[in-house]
Amino acid sequence: MPVKDLNDQKIWRRRTSRESLMHWVIWLIGVAIFAYCWQKISASTTWFFVWDAPRIADDIWTRATPPKWSYITQLGKPIWDTLNIATLGTIFALIAAVPVAFLAARNTTPSRLVIRPIALLIIVSTRSINSLIWALLLIAIIGPGVFAGVMAIAIRSIGFCAKLLYEAIEEIDETQVEAITATGASRWQIMAYGIVPQVLPAFAGIAVFRWDINIRESTVLGLVGAGGIGLQLSSSLNVLAWPQVSLILLVILAAVIISEWVSAKVRGAII
Amino acid sequence: MSDISTHIGKPWKKPPFVQRAWLRWVLLIGFSAYLIAAFLTIEVNWMRVYEGLDRGKQFILAFTSPDFSSRSGDIWEGMIESIIMTVASSVVGIIISIPIALGAARNIAPLPIYLICRSIIAISRALQEIIVAILLVAIFGFGPLAGFLTLSFATIGFLSKLLAEDIESMDRVQAEAIKASGAKWAQWINYGVQPQVMPRLIGLSIYRLDINFRESAILGLVGAGGIGATLNTAFDRYEYDTAAAILLLIIVIVMALEYLSGIVRERVQ
Repeated sequence: MPVKDLNDQKIWRRRTSRESLMHWVIWLIGVAIFAYCWQKISASTTWFFVWDAPRIADDIWTRATPPKWSYITQLGKPIWDTLNIATLGTIFALIAAVPVAFLAARNTTPSRLVIRPIALLIIVSTRSINSLIWALLLIAIIGPGVFAGVMAIAIRSIGFCAKLLYEAIEEIDETQVEAITATGASRWQIMAYGIVPQVLPAFAGIAVFRWDINIRESTVLGLVGAGGIGLQLSSSLNVLAWPQVSLILLVILAAVIISEWVSAKVRGAII
Repeated sequence: MSDISTHIGKPWKKPPFVQRAWLRWVLLIGFSAYLIAAFLTIEVNWMRVYEGLDRGKQFILAFTSPDFSSRSGDIWEGMIESIIMTVASSVVGIIISIPIALGAARNIAPLPIYLICRSIIAISRALQEIIVAILLVAIFGFGPLAGFLTLSFATIGFLSKLLAEDIESMDRVQAEAIKASGAKWAQWINYGVQPQVMPRLIGLSIYRLDINFRESAILGLVGAGGIGATLNTAFDRYEYDTAAAILLLIIVIVMALEYLSGIVRERVQ
């Protein structure tokens, strides 16, 4: 226990003087880094616009309210597209993620040295790139439209689903697998009766969880031209139709809240 | 297995995942109906997709020979800007989210403050980064400031929520012991609450740093600074080798951050 002597009285300290010195140095470095970063940001900012920001914000607010409610009749199809992008993207992602997860899990992978690193590489590389970037890429390759959005969501979700799924596979109860093996089951039968039933609840939970995130992401995919309600948003923004923008934002907000509610309900029922 | 006589002589069948039969059928039929409807309404220009396959192959080949050099100035500048935005917004976001997290923990804050803080968190979580970025670019103009503010705003919702949950599930006994020694409110937080949630706070902060970097890569698409603008230009010009180089850099940095956060979290927990 760090103690400091003060006029022959022992006073409790939280840290030894060496520790507190270390803390100070770390804090100093942190503050210096932050100050440097802030200076850089500040240097590339036009401060005149920033001081003008309250007026601009007020201006946009008065233009955007009230939302143009009649525009909602044109949003039916984009919303349907958005839902399709998210759902089909999730399904494709799950189809691809299941084999990847089984190849990546330590206890089911056929080869730890060769196949497992490849599966992990697929997981990391698909996970670390945002779905908007995937959409940008796919649009350059297969042209704009809903299909590019579906593929972008699917590719982006593979890593996420496979990561959570392989962690679930690694945590299964080995004794059940052993029991199935002891009955003389083949490799695929062990998979179907020993492993799959154990990870099925986790799988369903992951699917719904990712679907919720995908609804969120697919609402903005249209900004780069990949279909859905984001397309309407970007065209409204381009013509500065602020009442339409505010309505679309409200619709997106509602979609996000509803999907979150649905996913919470379903996950509550599973677990 | 309540009545064994009904099971004798019948082969064992795997129990279904959804127990209630009617629910199982409703889910199955509803889902297939939806799938059919979705596939019917989705418009895919297969000719265009077929034409694009060649470009797809080119792109994948570009990953084998990424071009870091010909646009190295732009890539370097964009990366530095992304990293700067990430660091600054994480710091500001964490500093703001700590008081909000204290306010959003029911065992610390009184009800009115709790409700205010919870609604701040709800707003921040419901709005996606890219939409916030569009609005902030419209208000503050192009540049990294808009991206910095966007990421800070997003950090608040994420960090406050998880930190508040951790504070709510802390060990009350320790906090009470500090209080019983006659500590003031600030001392109570500093010695009773903070040591309990510190490991989690550090872990979450590093994790958020990682997320912020990933997000900063796309903010450039709407003009909010960072590597996204460079990447977008590379795609627009069909310079796949430059795009591949940028994507590889992003993947490497994200992997490095993830590795780092793994080490840090292991050490503090």
